[in-house]
Amino acid sequence: MKVRLKVWRQKNSGTAGAFQTYETPDLNPNMSFLEMLDVINEQLAGRGEEPIAFDHDCREGICGTCSLVIDGKPHGPHHGIATCQTYMRSFKEGDEIVVEPFRARAFPLIKDLVVSRKAFDTIMQAGGFITVRAGSPPDANAILVPKEDSDLAMDAAQCIGCGACVAACRNASAMLFVAAKVSHLGLLPQGQPERHARVKNMVEAMDAAGFGNCSVTGACEAVCPKSISIDFIARMNRDYAVALLKGDAKESASGAG
Amino acid sequence: MNLLQRVWRSSLGKKYVMALTGAALFLFVVGHLVGNLQVFLGPEAINRYGHFLKTTPEILWPARIGLLTCVGLHIFAAMALVAQNRVARPVAYAKVGAHGATIASRTMIWSGLIILSFIIYHLLHYTLTLPSVNGYGFDFSTLREEEGRHDIFAMIVMGFQKWPVSVFYLIAVGLLCTHLGHGVGSMFQSLGFKNHVWGPRIGGLARTVSVVLFLGYASIPVAVLSGFGGGHLSEVRARIAKRVSEHPVVPGRIEVSHGTNTTGKGK
Amino acid sequence: MATLNSNIPSGPLTAKWTKHRFESKLVNPASKRKYKVIVIGAGLAGASASATLADLGYQVENFVFHDSPRRAHSIAAQGGINAAKNYQNDGDSVHRLFYDTIKGGDFRAREANVHRLAEVSVQIIDQCAAQGVPFAREYGGLLDNRSFGGAQVSRTFYARGQTGQQLLVGAYSALSRQIGLGGVKSYTHAEMLDLVVVDGHAKGVIVRNLQTGEITRHGADAIVLATGGYGNVFNLSTYARGSNATAIWRAYRRGACLANPCYTQIHPTCIPVSGDYQSKLTLMSESLRNDGRIWVPKKQADRRQPHEIPEDERDYYLERMYRAFGNLAPRDIASRAAKQVCDEGRGVGDTGLGVYLDFSESIQRLGEEKVRERYGNLFSIYQEITAEDAYKTPMRIYPAVHYTMGGLWVDYNLMSNIPGLFVLGEANFSDHGANRLGASALMQGLADGYFVLPGTLSNYLATQKPENRVKTEHAAFREADASVRQSLKRMLERKGKRTPASFHKELGKILWDQCGMARNKAGLEKAIQKTAALREEYDENINVTGDGGEWNQALEQAGRVADFIELGELMCRDALHREESCGGHFREEYQYTAADPETQQGLVNPGDVRRDDERFAYVAAWEYSGTKQAPTLNKEPLVYEEVHMTTRSYK
Repeated sequence: MKVRLKVWRQKNSGTAGAFQTYETPDLNPNMSFLEMLDVINEQLAGRGEEPIAFDHDCREGICGTCSLVIDGKPHGPHHGIATCQTYMRSFKEGDEIVVEPFRARAFPLIKDLVVSRKAFDTIMQAGGFITVRAGSPPDANAILVPKEDSDLAMDAAQCIGCGACVAACRNASAMLFVAAKVSHLGLLPQGQPERHARVKNMVEAMDAAGFGNCSVTGACEAVCPKSISIDFIARMNRDYAVALLKGDAKESASGAG
Repeated sequence: MNLLQRVWRSSLGKKYVMALTGAALFLFVVGHLVGNLQVFLGPEAINRYGHFLKTTPEILWPARIGLLTCVGLHIFAAMALVAQNRVARPVAYAKVGAHGATIASRTMIWSGLIILSFIIYHLLHYTLTLPSVNGYGFDFSTLREEEGRHDIFAMIVMGFQKWPVSVFYLIAVGLLCTHLGHGVGSMFQSLGFKNHVWGPRIGGLARTVSVVLFLGYASIPVAVLSGFGGGHLSEVRARIAKRVSEHPVVPGRIEVSHGTNTTGKGK
Repeated sequence: MATLNSNIPSGPLTAKWTKHRFESKLVNPASKRKYKVIVIGAGLAGASASATLADLGYQVENFVFHDSPRRAHSIAAQGGINAAKNYQNDGDSVHRLFYDTIKGGDFRAREANVHRLAEVSVQIIDQCAAQGVPFAREYGGLLDNRSFGGAQVSRTFYARGQTGQQLLVGAYSALSRQIGLGGVKSYTHAEMLDLVVVDGHAKGVIVRNLQTGEITRHGADAIVLATGGYGNVFNLSTYARGSNATAIWRAYRRGACLANPCYTQIHPTCIPVSGDYQSKLTLMSESLRNDGRIWVPKKQADRRQPHEIPEDERDYYLERMYRAFGNLAPRDIASRAAKQVCDEGRGVGDTGLGVYLDFSESIQRLGEEKVRERYGNLFSIYQEITAEDAYKTPMRIYPAVHYTMGGLWVDYNLMSNIPGLFVLGEANFSDHGANRLGASALMQGLADGYFVLPGTLSNYLATQKPENRVKTEHAAFREADASVRQSLKRMLERKGKRTPASFHKELGKILWDQCGMARNKAGLEKAIQKTAALREEYDENINVTGDGGEWNQALEQAGRVADFIELGELMCRDALHREESCGGHFREEYQYTAADPETQQGLVNPGDVRRDDERFAYVAAWEYSGTKQAPTLNKEPLVYEEVHMTTRSYK
């Protein structure tokens, strides 16, 4: 099969970008979308042209590195998978496929289809953890976790940090990502001591990074490669409200000698 | 940072404002419909209800001020959110997909703005009874029962007998229905009263309630355009004609003279 | 010649780790903050080490080539993590886990290291559970276990099919916390391109910023490499595309010994290659072999559809060859058997490189619902990739490169032969011998990062004076910096005819054919010549587009491929010199035959790997001797104090 690709090319964040059209050679429908890009890149390199820059790593849908908005949808036409798990048989002979980078102010473009998702790391650094020093925890079975809580936490924890939720949201909001993180830890007994500080700090870091707000359209959930539910956003909203009402911790007196 | 500042500055906080003011406005929309539907009980019921409200300022004014504040905050928060959202995606996609988002959810700001323009018109039309907007050119507040109460029944019927008014009204309550269909569910989402059990139910309930509200509101102009209240209006016209013939003051361009109003409006 | 002192503590095996910690030098709490440690990599080992060292008070700098310290390929591990908790009361113990691992590694791992691994395994689970890793639970709220990788006990902890990702997110969150607190300075899109050795000690690294192309020098009191395995030397593997050997290879070129490079693990159940364009092989969990039957047609080049082949024309070869274990034969055995039947021309699929994994009998026996419940997610992964419905037609599988047991040589402290250079996780050679058991890689990465290195690093640091740390203007830094720039410039200016990817593909084919599942003297000698020739052609004919001062994926790849070619040659040399078979290293000349007493006693099958403990019970640590020079072989004898090396029998 052959398709025509309309790909966003942009040398760096400082220069203007534009779409360029590429005709593919004959492709095997069992090729993944990224392998198709590999093939085009080999051709381009053979002609001395610069290959299309795109992010990828594990190519099995778990590392969250690959991105791309394919024909208007992050991670391509299917539900619940990443770009690297999208195969050419999902397209038809002669299709024109538009390939764009994730677009969001908080995800500045690096080159072509590659954007920086550092903002997610910054949010995590603000509170996406349980403070625990190696060597100090009690026996793992000393902490009982009801199976339904553990399963729900696992549903949230599946987030691979790819940023498709931001890319799909008409407001470029990162609520689903932050909510997944907040819920994963907030649902577990281990996460209770820092629960309210966590949600406050993470939401504030999210706001500072320049993401948009939630309009509850559900687009994030629809494109999430791990199908994470927007119910977690409700949970985050509730936790944050409680955290605001509780206020900040009292400044404690200086530690005793 | 104090609590209010913190609420206002955070994205989630503004959504709380949207949700809480939205909840208040939703309750008003329900109450207002219940009040209006009294029109089907005849002139006596609805006129008594109107008279009660207008002669009880300790209820009327706090309600009005409260509602106006809610509307103001709702709009202000919405504008702030929209402004942030615009900035959050500086470069638009060449090809945009909806990804399962409903039209209602994607057009909240537009349905909201149209509803706002309708509310302004509606207030001018029936609350401030501006003669220039009702298509008759006279002040609706001059419609009086014999004992002097404002004849709200007659006002409603006359108002909706002008079909462009009814059409605008139907469009507005239609949009209100889509706005609430998404908004009421989102309200629970924004305040966090939702989980995997209640999520789907709340969504369904919100859509059902908004359709019921639409049917309720739409029933009034539809009934009027189908002839409802015509009899009462003939009586009113006859009464006015009689009064005019007994006290020929200034021959008006229309049936009703402005000078007969002694109670004033807007109490 | 390098000096290899394994620094194994004396005393009984079970007391070594405790004794060692007591005898180790310490750095006092107030002084810790003066020491700076560089950690390269943020997979399980790198992230856990960075976070833990920062918790202890050291200044840590962490470098990853990824866009975020949460992407490393530890994330892809599906099955689980072993720990000797004995929560199931089924007879597990530290000693049993230790013994299983030593035996699984075909008696080619260091006894003391493996025992320590088994000891700390229990603490890992405590640590991860406390961090909020959502391990599977029972209804009572206790942790669930499953059996895995042929073990006779249920000691594997898991989080759906995503154990690796969940453990990595745990380590990443600990790392994130320390980055937020300022304990760790994180550099992303930062690739280490050289190691700086000052007066024989590792004191710094040269790093290229992948976004800007900027080359920077970073000095520290100790350098930790946690950069993963080198399986992508084969081009096609279950590794992430970005996984590379550059950090360990550049350290090797600076004098660190590379141990047992020929020990590679080939996993039997992967989705077969479908064409020349292929970039990646996907693993299907080993658990499928519990209910699937593996077969090929009896006839050669039988092109019929599987359902058209009658029962008596099918060869359930594992059941035939290994009656006792059947389809559950160990990984290396199952892989080699698949290769054998395909080499006979009986492979299936378009390429003839595949065997059937058939569930029809299980579906008949258990019902489709039960099979769906057990393996539903795997069946859907399979369908996504191949567009075939494995409920209706058998899966096609083929072995693929999955893990490398070899790596930089380290002593008991995880320090390489270059003082100050520590190596963790898959990047070192220490714990898995010649073959790794399932669910052990995650265990080793986290053991090294959370518990071992934090306990041994002070032994070295206490001998160093942070106030005397060399400046990055030191001649050694300048030299390393210049050599990195020089080599990048050479690649960019060559403007030859071939892309880095084409060299990688050719290298992969050479190694897969000659140094893959089965190796022999002639093939390895040929492969050494071919890889050396390929390296020369590379210098002449490489074509890298773009320039060095910007984001340039071709340039990144070019550097990694050059290192892979050199490493490939070393692998072949190691495989050639090791004239025995053990674990994942199978030399066709050294296998059991029907005539051997072990075979007749029923311990092994003909065709099983045959060790030579007389000659090869040692770690082969190769030392760089200069470009185009044959490397020097150093040997660390494997002294087993408690365990007897026996014939590895799974019958």
